[in-house]
Amino acid sequence: MEKIFQKLSLTSATLVFVLLIGIFLTLYSAAKPAIDEFGFDFITNPDWNKEVVLENLDDEAIIDEDDVAIADEDDAEIADEDDVILDEDEMLLDDEDETATKTIYGGLVPIVGTLLTTLIALAFALPIAMGIAVFLAEIAPKNISYVVGIAIELLAAIPSIIFGMWGLYYFAPIISDLFGGYQVSLLTAGLVLGVMILPFMAAITRDSMNTTPAVLKESAYALGATKFEVIKDIIFPYSKVGIIGSIILALGRALGETMAVAFLIGSVFVLPQKITDPTISIPVAMANNFGEASGLGESALFYLALILFIISFAVISLAKFYFLKKAK
Amino acid sequence: MRLLVNKIFLALSILSALIGLAFLGWILATLFLKGLSSFHFSLFLDDLVDGGLRNLIVGQMILAGIASLIGIPLGMTAGIYIQEYGQGRYASLIRDLSDIMMSAPSIVIGAFVYALIVVPTGGTSGWAGAVALAIMMIPVVINTTDSMLSLVPRELREAGIALGASKYKVIIDIVIKAAKVGIMTGILLAFARIIGETAPLLFTSETSNYFSLNLSESFPSLTVSIYDLANEPEESSRDLAWAASFILTVMVLIINLTGRFITRNKK
Amino acid sequence: MSVMKIKKFSFTYAGVDHPSLKSITLPIEKNKITALIGPSGCGKSTLLRSMNRIHDLYPGNKYDGKIELLNEETGKFENILEIKKENEFIKLRQKVGMIFQKPTPFPMSIFDNVAYGLRIAGIKNKTELKDRVETALKGSALWKEVHDRLDKSAMGLSGGQQQRLCIARAVAVKPEVLLFDEPTSALDPISTGAIEELIVELKNDVSIAIVTHNMQQASRISDYTAFMYLGDLIEYDKTENIFLNPKEKQTEDYITGRFG
Repeated sequence: MEKIFQKLSLTSATLVFVLLIGIFLTLYSAAKPAIDEFGFDFITNPDWNKEVVLENLDDEAIIDEDDVAIADEDDAEIADEDDVILDEDEMLLDDEDETATKTIYGGLVPIVGTLLTTLIALAFALPIAMGIAVFLAEIAPKNISYVVGIAIELLAAIPSIIFGMWGLYYFAPIISDLFGGYQVSLLTAGLVLGVMILPFMAAITRDSMNTTPAVLKESAYALGATKFEVIKDIIFPYSKVGIIGSIILALGRALGETMAVAFLIGSVFVLPQKITDPTISIPVAMANNFGEASGLGESALFYLALILFIISFAVISLAKFYFLKKAK
Repeated sequence: MRLLVNKIFLALSILSALIGLAFLGWILATLFLKGLSSFHFSLFLDDLVDGGLRNLIVGQMILAGIASLIGIPLGMTAGIYIQEYGQGRYASLIRDLSDIMMSAPSIVIGAFVYALIVVPTGGTSGWAGAVALAIMMIPVVINTTDSMLSLVPRELREAGIALGASKYKVIIDIVIKAAKVGIMTGILLAFARIIGETAPLLFTSETSNYFSLNLSESFPSLTVSIYDLANEPEESSRDLAWAASFILTVMVLIINLTGRFITRNKK
Repeated sequence: MSVMKIKKFSFTYAGVDHPSLKSITLPIEKNKITALIGPSGCGKSTLLRSMNRIHDLYPGNKYDGKIELLNEETGKFENILEIKKENEFIKLRQKVGMIFQKPTPFPMSIFDNVAYGLRIAGIKNKTELKDRVETALKGSALWKEVHDRLDKSAMGLSGGQQQRLCIARAVAVKPEVLLFDEPTSALDPISTGAIEELIVELKNDVSIAIVTHNMQQASRISDYTAFMYLGDLIEYDKTENIFLNPKEKQTEDYITGRFG
């Protein structure tokens, strides 16, 4: 019985490992066709679902060269085989239509959209969240801090889809009146995302600030420091690492957020020229196109998912294992 | 001068707290006003096809319920392994990986389950949705179990062993019991989290306008339907989306508060 | 001559019914060391923390009576319990410094730690800062050990060094009174000896009140001793009288180790 229980718990623990590796491998293998086809150019190519006429042979040749250069030998062979098959298909098409085309997918727009919305969200939420955290940790009397603290934590639990709906129907009209442009835009999506991560960021920043020992603060007050000086000179330096970790964790959450952004970003594969232009982010591209996509289009979406997974994996690891561990 | 700087800083901080709270109050007010004005008890009796929400609420509960049935035992046993059996590197590796998975983008989990289940089985299904939610839930349960078990004093375990109980007996009878309240709270918070998830369900369970208990086909989901309804042009669909959002939020908040209440009563 | 006069001072913590201090009357003599002793929970730390009103960081505490501090300029005593304005609090705390149980180095360099109080007091002149930091560090017998690494983080110092740094930091702003709250209870015997020596030297410049659990420490360094028990001041006298010839039976029981 002892043995069985031990084995069982080991199996469950190992499942986590298997799941994470499984997610990576599954995404990779589903993205493989797109990776083989577009290589790393995918990241810098702004065209999504664009028909390219095949007669433009120069273009084709460049892409093929890149493929070979990037992939190692084994992959190169496979890629070549794929190309051969494709070429055959294309010839068939050639016979029928005479104007053979192929569809190009590039990830630049959603990648840029993801980064920009996150940046706007951070720029908006950071000062306010710091203010709330300072208010909760140092200014408010205990009972007010307790009640407001719980309210903030509950708000962090509200499903993100509700932030999206509110943003679209109530917040975006005001913003577009103020700043011009469309109601669905980079700006409104970023701001709503900012509102969404606000309670989360405030709550974990407050927790970090609360790790400052009371006696350290007291000894600064005992030297005649003002509250501002204690916060600036003692609390911030002391809990700096934890606060940075909290901010990065919130950033990780913003990067992967789907629903709060989906309502507002406009969901068009166009590089924004202004902050008030609509565009798209990786999660939204996935949410709105998975259902209809197939073949290379679907694979390109998986390629995007893989990129998002790797970015957020890196960001979260940085926050948790560098900053937050150090803070402990 | 110093005092002035101090005053200005404190005022700014309070101001930003007020701004933040105003935003959040605005959202809640919108939710309650719009939600309550479209709310009607018949929403609980009719299915979406007849303009109600019954099938969606039941469907969402079933999805989250099955996810819990999968996720809780797996998460708890994994948490027990990390805290009680695991030694050194492997246990802390699992702890770290689970920590990362906890913050992984939910849409990516959806894509994973899509490739893993939806594509091979040929279509969206309740099972796929439940599995996606379970994957979201497992790391949260692991985290809770792990940290709650770590709070149980070592002496308690040693006392049990000293009485001649075997290790798993000590874990089940003594350690888990001592950490019960904390673990339950954590599980409730995890449940509250997955019940409000939309992104991992979009292309796994999808949603359905009809009442269904058949998990091998597209399954009614409250959150996915909110997304669909909110994007419809008709005012009535949007009103229904607000009512659904209101019900969803109330559910999430009640579960959340229950969790907090249990912990506080214990203290 | 007294520098501080505590008169019928009572103190009740927020949310508690029972007072932690009941009508305490006690002087703090100028350029002397006054030790506050007594078993845990007797209120000695509470009393000490009232003397610079550090308690007021936490709202809701109630107090009664007077704590009067000598104003060196006017020669008059002023009741510090009447202080309400932020700038008066700051002045009070610059006059009445405090050293805590555990060393509290700030997360900054050694130099900046000692200069901190001076900087916030408005001293910007670099040479003056340097001079005063050096004087304070020399005064707390730390200069030799740290003069070549003033720009290093204070966290790298040993516990005893950190505590002497905190004393230097408090001394640098030239307070009139220094409050020590069990300053050596977290330190090893050698560091404790160094700090005790330092405290005795400091009394040439400041008046000192020290809370201690260690009766030998009180008898070694203090001039006056107050024995407290359950929020009451049981006995106050010259230290030798308290230890050799206590008037109250409770005092005798405590110092002979029968309880506490």
